[in-house]
Amino acid sequence: MSKKYEKVAYYPGCALEGTAQSYDRSTKAIGKELGLETVELDNWNCCGAMEVKNIDPKLQTYLSARNLSIAEDMGFDTVMAPCNGCYHNLKKAEYDLKNDDASREVNERLSSKAGHKTYEAGKVETIHALDWIKNSVGEEGIKDKIKGGLKGLKIANYYGCMYTRPRHIFPEKDQGPGSESTHKPHFMDDLLAAAGAENVEYPLKTACCGGAHTLSDSDTSTKLVLNLLQAAEACGADVIATECPTCHTGLEMHQIRAAKAFGKETKVKILYFTQLLGLAMGVSPRKLGLQENFSDAMPMLKEKGLI
Amino acid sequence: MPIHEKSLIRPENIIEHEELIIDGVDVSGHWSTFINSRAITDYNEEMQDEIAGLAGGEFIHRCWQCGSCTNACTINALNNDFNPRYWIYLIRMGMEDELLINKDIIWQCVSCNKCTYACPRDVNPEGVMKATSHWLELKGHTPKSPSMIFDEGFSEQVFKTGKIEDGLVLRQFFAATGQKLTQTWLVSMLIGLMRKLPLTMLTRLGLATLFRPRTKNWGAASEAINEYVNEKNEENQRLLGLDNLEDRQ
Repeated sequence: MSKKYEKVAYYPGCALEGTAQSYDRSTKAIGKELGLETVELDNWNCCGAMEVKNIDPKLQTYLSARNLSIAEDMGFDTVMAPCNGCYHNLKKAEYDLKNDDASREVNERLSSKAGHKTYEAGKVETIHALDWIKNSVGEEGIKDKIKGGLKGLKIANYYGCMYTRPRHIFPEKDQGPGSESTHKPHFMDDLLAAAGAENVEYPLKTACCGGAHTLSDSDTSTKLVLNLLQAAEACGADVIATECPTCHTGLEMHQIRAAKAFGKETKVKILYFTQLLGLAMGVSPRKLGLQENFSDAMPMLKEKGLI
Repeated sequence: MPIHEKSLIRPENIIEHEELIIDGVDVSGHWSTFINSRAITDYNEEMQDEIAGLAGGEFIHRCWQCGSCTNACTINALNNDFNPRYWIYLIRMGMEDELLINKDIIWQCVSCNKCTYACPRDVNPEGVMKATSHWLELKGHTPKSPSMIFDEGFSEQVFKTGKIEDGLVLRQFFAATGQKLTQTWLVSMLIGLMRKLPLTMLTRLGLATLFRPRTKNWGAASEAINEYVNEKNEENQRLLGLDNLEDRQ
């Protein structure tokens, strides 16, 4: 096992403390199984999400930068965020602080008024939970820890928008073999395949679930989600694997809404990739928070003999 | 010139005579279809600069109208009228009246960033959509969109406590937009969850109400943020010439 990312600062973000607690728990659980250590950022704050960015992008940069400065203070050079929104925003802050004078100015001004160190670009690397596992233990590390695996489970891997777009804030992606692709991401596919699952060819890997307007324009979100669900079923998937709490909650919520408001039922289950990896490693469903998912995968998993 | 986007011609400008004979030739119906010509005189020459001055709109001048944004657009696939390329064209030309025809849907951009990914000129069309819907609201052309109401409620929580609590975000948004929390699909979601884990749910709901998540020692940051936001708002008002308007009243 490479030493890379063996111990990282962990930034859960608001969603993982709220609706997506099962993502938080399953992330920690597989970290433990794989011998990877996470230390939660002290007294972190919201990354600004899409909402603050819409009010003012430089303000969102400051909010994200404050978290990066905490990681630096704690002596870490890497911060890992499982939430696509947090990951995206920390990456965007890093890019803006490196390339935009005005963003740097606002960050300096707000940081000094708030009384903490001003974060400067280049000090801390932000990675996603997918990078964390893929680049520390990798597929081989997963294979070593598999108990039972995910044999017979067909998975559509869904990455969403914020993990790959816009390209310029992810300079490490699209760097040829071994690196992640923004056009056709595959890190989640690789890890789940190592865990024994059968990945289906899912063309909507990076399509949008309408998460930004999940409540403010529900009909649009329901249509987009329904499209994702139906496409996954058409590809023969039993499960959509997610790596973003907003996508995950949106998919679950609008699966129910599509049934109730549009009369369109879909059966495909929605699970975090961390829950799936945990199952493959023999972690109990309860520890992975499976009972908290709205989309109840237990009967299907039992039928397949996976739990 | 060929017409590439027929949907852009307003139905009222397409004229067709049911019965028409010109120089003895029968051109009734489709044969007499023509597009009403028009002369535009009321260009708003400030519009592009104003939108470029708002956050996200900075690079609108780079656009060379290739249409990659509209081609990639998530919302365009659901609604043909949602056309970032066309709106950027109208803004750059200063054709405010034409833009206003679509004023009620521009806010529907879901920020999936497919346009920004596809754009060969780094226009940041996603940002332009945000700047444009913000401009429409500031100018009073549209009321605050549900999206803006959501963003403001959410941001206010972050500014105040450093974090958000998703249950509170939901309740506040539904209250602000006059929606009921008893919508069938929401209720069935809750019932489903309560049936599975009644105790966990109740404890969590209770705890989240009692102990709202917050960042410790957030006061100074909160103050600095609010000061910055107020400054920004004033700046935007000045940019759009709205501050003088108030003076005159």
